[in-house]
Amino acid sequence: MALLACGLAVLVLGPLVAQSLGEPFYIRLFTRIAVMAIAAVSLDLILGYGGMVSFGHAAFVGIGAYVTAILAYHAAAGEPLLAWPMVIPGTDNAVIAWPLAVAAAALAALVIGLVSLRTTGIAFIMITLAFAQMLYFFVIALQKYGGEDGLQMAGRSRLGGLDLDGRLTFYYLVLAVLIAVIVCCRRLVGSRFGMVLQGCRQNERRLRAIGFATERYRLAAFVMSGAIAGLAGVLLANGQNYVSPADLAWTRSGEYIVMVVFGGMGTLIGPLLGAAAYLVLELLLGSATTHWQAIFGPVLIVIVLFAKRGLYGALVGRADDG
Amino acid sequence: MAEPLLATDRLVKRFGGVTATDRLSLSVVEGELHAIIGPNGAGKTTLVAQLAGEIAPSSGRIRFAGADITALAMPARSQRGLARSFQIASLCREFTALDNVALAVQAHSGHSFRFWRAARRDEALRGPARAILAEIGLAGRADVPAGLLAHGEQRQLELAIALATKPRLLLLDEPMAGMGQADSAIMIDLLHVLKRRHTIVLVEHDMDAVFALADRISVLVYGRCIASGTPAEIRVDAAVREAYLGEETL
Repeated sequence: MALLACGLAVLVLGPLVAQSLGEPFYIRLFTRIAVMAIAAVSLDLILGYGGMVSFGHAAFVGIGAYVTAILAYHAAAGEPLLAWPMVIPGTDNAVIAWPLAVAAAALAALVIGLVSLRTTGIAFIMITLAFAQMLYFFVIALQKYGGEDGLQMAGRSRLGGLDLDGRLTFYYLVLAVLIAVIVCCRRLVGSRFGMVLQGCRQNERRLRAIGFATERYRLAAFVMSGAIAGLAGVLLANGQNYVSPADLAWTRSGEYIVMVVFGGMGTLIGPLLGAAAYLVLELLLGSATTHWQAIFGPVLIVIVLFAKRGLYGALVGRADDG
Repeated sequence: MAEPLLATDRLVKRFGGVTATDRLSLSVVEGELHAIIGPNGAGKTTLVAQLAGEIAPSSGRIRFAGADITALAMPARSQRGLARSFQIASLCREFTALDNVALAVQAHSGHSFRFWRAARRDEALRGPARAILAEIGLAGRADVPAGLLAHGEQRQLELAIALATKPRLLLLDEPMAGMGQADSAIMIDLLHVLKRRHTIVLVEHDMDAVFALADRISVLVYGRCIASGTPAEIRVDAAVREAYLGEETL
């Protein structure tokens, strides 16, 4: 509990301190950590609790990001997204664009899930990876939207009276979303649905034998996870005012897995720790050498080998949930 | 005569060139304890898997509770009241014993697309689960992770989980497998109690247990049923003695 309070204090006060010291760079860092943490938490839901190792999670984040950026692009250019059979204009209004982006990610997760959830283990990893690669090359092929170079956004989405262009305002919005996501996921994994999801990880055959049509529950979890990842993508695009195929790359999917495993699978708080540790280490070690992952790799191995639930396990000790 | 609760009609299962189940027609009447015995390789496990819906037969039909269930998958058969226990304890090992039973209760309490309320504090699930654990003799072990239970206790938990699904028929796959004398005795006592209230199909190696418990016995050899009758009839059946029981004294 004390640890949680400390962590929350850092997240709430850190950017304020950075602001007063005139170091806006650190606000960007905090924002990026929070955005990545949302994506990592969404992955933990299916990986840590459901035992589904999705190696294509960046695709859902990327879809959320691209939908947001493309809608904004059309709004800025005054050119409709679709001219026929009906005119659909672009928009930078968050109330419209964000739910659309999340829905698009959820829809993609539904389609990908319907196919990939027929398999488990290595096959599942490979199929999710394959779908993510398809989407990666698809956005590269979108010449109109920058192709390989990515797409610059004219500005952040408009959200009612909130001034999202203010760095701090935007950061606190992201933080609020992150906390809401963690709280909701916490409830979810302890609910009836969550018990089925956790049961599927431990022994799916047993769950089928007692009468659960497990594929429905796994698919539902996969879609929820994809939707939350899409939300992370919305915030990612707004945070960096830019989207690019790198946001969907398989290496990014790998980074999300690393954040979850490094921070502690099946803990929800762990992925936040993992995201923070990963991005801070990237910054610190990355300034010393471009081959910073040569140092990070062994650190990761040590944590995975000796701390049962990653950083979270090392800090909290025995896990308090099942 | 009323329709049997469970019946197979010329069930066949081939694996390549091997016929594991060979035109097998069995019927289990409501209320009886029907034991299925046979030497190793007789096709008992294959039969259980087909009855439970884990593998599909090559041909033939399975009827349960007045309906053809041949095409139904395992979850749907469970929902109709066919509960099976596994030969090798198959549990959610990180969940406690109580969690395991509560999850089985949950599986038969409507859908589980409920996302907010804490399932572990839901008395509608925990209450019945605790009652079943007490009945089965595991009340004191409710909060122990299933993976840490002793072998005999895991087998008891298997039974508790099956009971929690409010079954019309219990399909027990060698519940005494790998058990010591003491644990076997506990399990036999339990089955004596359960057979008063449940229809049971018991696949078992332990001959003493089978002859003590069964109302009817079917003997499988090479996937075929060579005899079916009361324990007394099976004991004196010449074909059974020759094909299976051999020098064992009955």
